[in-house]
Order: sequence, then C-alpha cells, then structure tokens
Amino acid sequence: MSAPSVTGGLPAHLVDFVGALRRAGIAVGPGESVDAAAVIAELDLLRREQVREGLAAAMLRRSGQRAVFDALFDLWFPLGQGAALGEVALPYAEDGSVDVEALRDLLAGLLRDGDTAAMAELARAIVDGLGAVGRGQGQGGQGQGQGGGGGDRGDGGGGRPSTWSAYQALNAVRPETLLARVLADLRGGPDAAWDSPFAEEVSRREVRERIAAFRRMVTDETRRRGAEIRGREAAARTGVPKEGDRVDFLTANSEQLADLRRRVAPLARHLASRLAARRRRARRGPIDLRRTLRRSMSTGGVPMRPAFRRPRPGRPELVLFCDVSGSVAGFSHFTMMLVQALREQFSRIRIFCFVDGCVEVTDLFGPNADLGGVMAEITARPGLIAFDGHSDYGSALGRFREGWPDVVGPRTSLLLLGDARTNYRDPNLTVLTDLAEHARHVHWLNPEPQAQWGTGDSAARRYGEVVPMHECRTAAQLAGVVSGLLPV
Amino acid sequence: MSTEPVGEKAQKALFDSVDDVVTRLADVGYLASTAVATTVFLADRLGKPLLVEGPAGVGKTELARAVADATGAGLVRLQCYEGIDEARALYEWNHAKQLLRITASQGESWDDTRDDVFSEEFLLPRPLLTAIRREEPTVLLVDETDKADVEVEGLLLEVLGDFQVTVPEWGTITANQRPFTLLTSNATRELSEALKRRCLFLHLDFPDPELERRIVLARVPQLPEALAEELVRIVGVLRGIQLRKAPSVSETIDWGRTLLALGLDTLDDETVRATLGVVLKHQADAQRAVAELRLN
Ligand SMILES: Nc1ncnc2c1ncn2[C@@H]1O[C@H](COP(=O)(O)OP(=O)(O)O)[C@@H](O)[C@H]1O
Ligand SMILES: [Mg+2]
Repeated sequence: MSAPSVTGGLPAHLVDFVGALRRAGIAVGPGESVDAAAVIAELDLLRREQVREGLAAAMLRRSGQRAVFDALFDLWFPLGQGAALGEVALPYAEDGSVDVEALRDLLAGLLRDGDTAAMAELARAIVDGLGAVGRGQGQGGQGQGQGGGGGDRGDGGGGRPSTWSAYQALNAVRPETLLARVLADLRGGPDAAWDSPFAEEVSRREVRERIAAFRRMVTDETRRRGAEIRGREAAARTGVPKEGDRVDFLTANSEQLADLRRRVAPLARHLASRLAARRRRARRGPIDLRRTLRRSMSTGGVPMRPAFRRPRPGRPELVLFCDVSGSVAGFSHFTMMLVQALREQFSRIRIFCFVDGCVEVTDLFGPNADLGGVMAEITARPGLIAFDGHSDYGSALGRFREGWPDVVGPRTSLLLLGDARTNYRDPNLTVLTDLAEHARHVHWLNPEPQAQWGTGDSAARRYGEVVPMHECRTAAQLAGVVSGLLPV
Repeated sequence: MSTEPVGEKAQKALFDSVDDVVTRLADVGYLASTAVATTVFLADRLGKPLLVEGPAGVGKTELARAVADATGAGLVRLQCYEGIDEARALYEWNHAKQLLRITASQGESWDDTRDDVFSEEFLLPRPLLTAIRREEPTVLLVDETDKADVEVEGLLLEVLGDFQVTVPEWGTITANQRPFTLLTSNATRELSEALKRRCLFLHLDFPDPELERRIVLARVPQLPEALAEELVRIVGVLRGIQLRKAPSVSETIDWGRTLLALGLDTLDDETVRATLGVVLKHQADAQRAVAELRLN
C-alpha cells in the first residue's frame, strides 16, 4: 500500500480521507476521526484489508455506507500505482494486439472455477490493455507498477491515456455472453454430477453472479486508474457510488436499497411536516369575489365579510401503478413504502403492480405488514406475470383498465412508476390517454436519467407527451417530486 | 494512541495481533473473517465496545462466547427484550426479603436496620452490575440490543461510557477491569446515534462461500467436504432470491446436520426437495424457491 508516502504524513492523509467521506455524504465526526487515528496506530499498515476493516469500524455507523466507503478507501489507500499487474496476463496476438478470443477463453475458465483472485488480476490487466482511451498523445508511459508476468509488455501505445473506460474494456470482452459457454463447460466437465434443471439453474445463477462481480472489478479498477490521471478528488466526485438518498435507484445494490428503506419513515415525517407548513400558509384560499358580493347584499352592498374560496377540495384518492420487474423493482418498492407512510394525506390508497400482467396488492400494505419483505409476496402473486416475465407496459395498462374499470375516477390522483422500457412492444398510448382523461391528475415517475428517456426500447418520450413525466433517480429527487404532488 | 487511559492500572491486552485473534478463535471453533478478527482486536486495544449488526444466525452471539472461551474470560450476558428495564439490566433490591428483615428487627435502631437491608445480602445484581463488579477477566454480551426500548440505550450509554454505576445507597462502583463488551443487533430498528458513537461498528453479513464451507465443516465435522461445498453453493443461490427470510449460516449448518442424520451423502434433486424446509422456514419461501430453481 502506498498511502504512507503522502506528503504531510499519515495524519494529514487521514484528514484528507475524512473530508472525502464527508463530501460523499458520510457524517464522520471528530470522535470518529480520533478513533480512526487510534486504529491506524494499532494496525500493521502493510495489511491493507485489516486497515480497511479497522477504519470502517471506526468511521461507519450503518451498513449502507459501506459501498461508498470501499470505493473511497480504494482511492485513498490504493493497492498500488500504475498497472499493478499480477500473475494473470493478457494474451496477445502476433501483431501485438490483444487476442480477444484467447482472452475470452481465459475468462471463461476463471468464471467456471470461480477463481476470484485470478479474476481480480485479469480485471486489472483488461483495464490496462483494453480500457485506455486516447492513448498516444503524451510522451512516455507512466511507470509500470510492480508488474508480474504481464509487466514485460511495456505500455501499449506508449502514450499516457487521457482516461480509462470500463465500458470500452467490457465491451471488448463482453463477459455476459460467456454464460452459456461456461454452463456448457460445467455440464461436460468432470464434476458434472448433475443433470437436472435444478442443478443447471443453480449453476446458472452462480455464474451470473460471478460475471456481475467481474464487471464490478473492472469498474473499480477503472476508477483507481482514472484517479491517477485526474486526481483522486475528481475520481471521487464522479466515479464513487453515492450514499443514502443520493444513490441511484437503478444502480443501488441490495444493501443500499435496504438502507434506503430504513429511511422511509423519517423521510415521510419530514415531508408531512413540510406539507403541514404549506397548508398553514395556504389555509386561506384567494378571495371568492362572487360569494363576497352575494354576502354583501345584507350589508347594503358593503363587503363586510369577504368570502374565501374553499382552500381544500378534500383529500384525493391515490392510485399507484408500479413496474416491479428487474432493476426498477427497488425504486417501486421504495416509492410504495413512502406513499404508504404518507397514507394520512390521502382518503384512500390503492396499489397495483405489473410486469406483463397486472395485480392489485393493496392488501399487502396493511398497518402491521412487514414492508421490507413485501416484494417477495408481490412477485409471488399469480397474475403478475402473464406471459414471459418481461415488462410489457402496453399490455399491463390494458389489463389494468379492463380489470378495474372503476378505480380511476375524477377524485383520483394516478401515479405511474417505471422506466417505460417496453421491450419494444406496443406502448398502448390510447389507454394512457383515456386514463388521463378520467383521472384528476396523472403523473409518471421515472427512475432513469432523463438523458436516456426515449433511447432503445424506452417509450418515455411518447408517454411523456400524454402525461407529465418526472425524473426520480434518487430518493432525494423522489421526495421533491412527491412533496410537490401532495395535496395542499 | 487511545485518548483515555484504560483504568488506573493499564489493562493487559487479550490478543497480540489480528492474526492471534484468528488463531485463538479458531482453536475454540469460531472461524473469523478479516473484518471480525480486526474489529475484535481493536475493540480490546482501544477499550471500546463492539457493536455487531447483521441478520440472525451469522454468528454474533457465538462470537462473544468464542472470545470468552479463547481468552479464559467469564461471559456475562444481558439478553434484551421488549420491556426490559433497569431493574432487569442493572440491579434491584429484593423488597420482599427487605420487608421480612425489617419486621424481624424489633429492638434494633433504624440506622442499623437500614444499613443492613441495603447490604449485599439484599441486592439482586443483574448482568451490567455483575460485569462491572467482577474481579476476573470478563466478556460482557448485550445481546439483541435492538429489541430493548430506546430508554435502555440511555442506561447502556451511561454504563458503557466509563464502566461505573451509582447505587444511591452505596455510592459509585467503578469497574476493576474494563470488560470486553460486545453488543449485538439484528437491525430491526436503528440504534441511537449516541450509542453507536460509543462503539466500534461491525456489519456482520453472510460469509463468503469459502469461509462458510469451513464453518459448516467445523460445526459438522463428519460431513463430507464435497457435500458441504454443495450445500454452501445452493444456500448462496437461495440468498439471491427475493425471500421473506434468507437462509443464514445457522440454516446451512442445520442442513448439514440433517443430511448427516439421514445418512445421505449426495445431494440430488429429491433430497433437496425433501429437506428444503430445514433451510427455508416459511412455506411461501420454499414454494418460491422450488418454482424459481425449477425443482419440481
Ligand atoms: N464464524 C463462525 N464460526 C463458527 N460457527 C459459526 C460462525 N458463524 C456462525 N456460526 C454458527 O452459526 C450458528 C448461529 O450463530 P449465532 O451466534 O447464534 O447467530 P446470531 O447471534 O448472529 O443470530 C451457531 O451455531 C454458530 O455456532
Ligand atoms: Mg444471537
């Protein structure tokens, strides 16, 4: 580990690290900083994983903070400098370019064996060999790290790259496409004790998880290399996953999502109190001229008692229509819990979930329900999946309209939750238009960044022409949107 | 570099190094990850309580027992539950016995009687006081802290701060030695920020497959290694499914024991189907797993 060589010494470096954690939203107080210094004094600094765990124990207070912490730790206490290559080297073709097919063979073998250590080394080599962007303008490469077998290659094109791209590296290797091949290997291999759909399914999920882990390794390594070029502050700002209400719903891991869900209650309380303040301010509606004049008849036309327009037309009914497929599920789950926590703001709440079928799940949100585990029950509901389990907005909207024709009426606020990715199927705009005509309000909450709306199979732009669509990537954004939609 | 000296006389450290923690816990059958070993080592060195948070069945309670076993310390356990109060956690006076004593004290001066009824004989020490008064090395386990009401956290904060307790009739009692203190929580609610700040924090999650395999083999030594590995693989996959309750280490161990008891040494579909209830306690979870993993 190379941290102790920083100018200003270890204490200054630690202070710097504390600053980075704070900027990423982790509240490290003075007490924690003192503890962190005490931890450093007790541990062997060459044992990097011990230092990592020790600092985490002193500085963190919630499990959901760990992903942010790890990413920043890797930047402030890097494994090494430069390529830091290990035993696993990239195969090269005769012409000096990376032999991608041989590389994929190598990776397939590691995925089959679940060799995590070798996968991590290969991830480093892949970023080094295939992830450089804009190499060649500079003079002379950066010092090759303590390279092992792969270090003899020199520095590719020779120049210093302007940046590193995980996307580019992964795109060359396409690890997800190795799944079938690894499974076939396993089936034919020496430990093919299994030959049942179950055994195959277990292997499939295991290998899929390994592939996902490998992708994360590549992303983490890209961040580390990027920090060497742009400085760790810049890398921390852009590349590090965010904490709590600033984490993206669509990229959060299950731990971050669990952490988010624990914040639903405080967030709902906060929204409710803000709303109460808004109501106090809005209690008097504008003066109702016609009623004031009518009243003034009894006082000879002198308006003694101005009449105010009635401020609140009663609490609306809320209907949620939520995509619970794939990565959108975490967003929908959080939003359903948040709405449930705000139930006093509405006269009634009904909740519908869909994938390609549609079911009502209102009953699962009773007062004593375990809402943290409710997704399991929702996904087990018969009718949620009507066909192949890929989300189909058009058909789900159709089923919703047909199956529950009276749910949406003039007192209803309808919220649609989802990324509007229709898998290229008919978005069924007619039904949405019809719903918008019947409801009091309709709003669409989309967890995808606005820049991606309408790309690929996203029908977000088309739906957005029918009803207002709001970007809700993070809990913070969602809270803003929801509080704006709450009835005053 | 710890800020406050540990007691008057410097307390002897329990472990020499993180590696020493790993070795000695393994000697008593507890297999510690780097995270566990490092935080145990630091909690002892810095004299801070260790708060271990994580799902049920990942070895939180067992860790306290193992630290006690490995270091020859006595284990004092405060099991928290809803409604636990100071009288159950710290101490209370044995009122019935005191009353008897007072009625039997005709002819004595009140001062004598009072001194007597507030003596050791009438005190019912509870775990926190017991741990503080012990002369011998002690591991104090405050188990399932999240089940106690928030007020109890105030009490813990006081006691764990400087390890002293005031009994009004006696004055302040200060610990002779600082117990190695471990608090556990299943995270059913967030503990107060103040209590967390007193502690080192360890999030203990399901172990990686390699460690889990070793744990299962340590707990069920007669289990064939290949079978242990297979169990761990399947449990790992089950944890990836949306279930009400994901299977924990304790379920993997139970599964191993069950297979052994049934005399089964391979894991075919039929066996998995027949014994899945050991791992997934909810009927709905089992049904879901069967469907998703194509076990029917
Ligand atoms: N690292 C470990 N080494 C040895 N046994 C373990 C380990 N982790 C868990 N176990 C076993 O798992 C079971 C559950 O542990 P326990 O401490 O009761 O869990 P918790 O208190 O977290 O709910 C126990 O039988 C324990 O022996
Ligand atoms: Mg326990």
